[in-house]
Amino acid sequence: MAEEVASSRSALTPVLYAVPLVVFLVIAGFLASRLRGGYDPHIIPSALIGKPAPEFQLAQLGNPAQSFSPQQMRGKVWLLNVWGSWCVACREEHPYLMELSRSGVVPIYGLSWKDKREDALSTLQELGDPYVLSVSDFDGKVAIDYGITGAPETYVIDQNGTIRYKEVGQLNPEVMQTKILPLIKKLTK
Amino acid sequence: MKRFSFLLIFCSALSFPTFAKEAAPSAADPALEERVMRLSKELRCLVCQNETLADSQADLAEDLRNQVREQMRAGKTDKEVVAYLTQRYGKFILYNPPVDPTTYLLWFGPFLLLPLGLLLLFRYLKYRRKQIVETPLTDAERQRAEALLQVDPANKTA
Repeated sequence: MAEEVASSRSALTPVLYAVPLVVFLVIAGFLASRLRGGYDPHIIPSALIGKPAPEFQLAQLGNPAQSFSPQQMRGKVWLLNVWGSWCVACREEHPYLMELSRSGVVPIYGLSWKDKREDALSTLQELGDPYVLSVSDFDGKVAIDYGITGAPETYVIDQNGTIRYKEVGQLNPEVMQTKILPLIKKLTK
Repeated sequence: MKRFSFLLIFCSALSFPTFAKEAAPSAADPALEERVMRLSKELRCLVCQNETLADSQADLAEDLRNQVREQMRAGKTDKEVVAYLTQRYGKFILYNPPVDPTTYLLWFGPFLLLPLGLLLLFRYLKYRRKQIVETPLTDAERQRAEALLQVDPANKTA
């Protein structure tokens, strides 16, 4: 009986023996690629790239009597940076925004997202203010209009008011050098 | 019957956690709330991505539910609200993937795999059948087997 089982097993071709190994390698390869390639499932490709930046009219953080609307930025390339005093990653990206602001390459506007006015202002006082101005989006409605999933996020908006790029997460020297600055250079040429 | 009631208990136990997590509908307008919750079940929370908007406790999910509620209050249909959200967040926000060229593999892949699997199975069974050779027992073997089974040789029926 045992011999019979053994003989029928040995009848399996080597190809069949290789099947589990191949399946294993495919799964392992897939998992490894997701682990290694800097893949982040939280980064959802923005549906708004190439679309007009949604309009809004919000009170300025520093001067609530005044409002700001993207309409005022027609003809200019600018950055819209979503931030909050409660957001740790925003603190981490802050020095790079300061650097960019000092270089004067592009005006940065802030969207103070779901923040208390006094908290936002004291954060800017403490760390420095890289923004031409910030606007207050207390209830987060404009953020939803912009398809925001978290802070920080940064939009590059061109002269026609079209969203050209969106960085989900912190800006860092690499993103600045490889994505943001070349794009601004191209847009302002 | 015992088995059936066990199944019933098991199934209802499975269904409880989903109810427990949902935000309590506000009493202001129960019909609207129900509509918001119904649509939210079709939408994905963008923070905790394996949860629906209805189940999620994330701040952003709450904001999105408010947005859905407001748009419904303004008279938009469910379709218009979904269109508003997909324009901003892409199809990713749909918890129920739509049938379109990017999801054909997802929707129809299993129907391709099923005949492929059946084909492989039948081919393998056919191949197996060829491998199995009928070798009748010799008389000596038969006698020994009968002795082992203690069957009266005169009475054999098989």
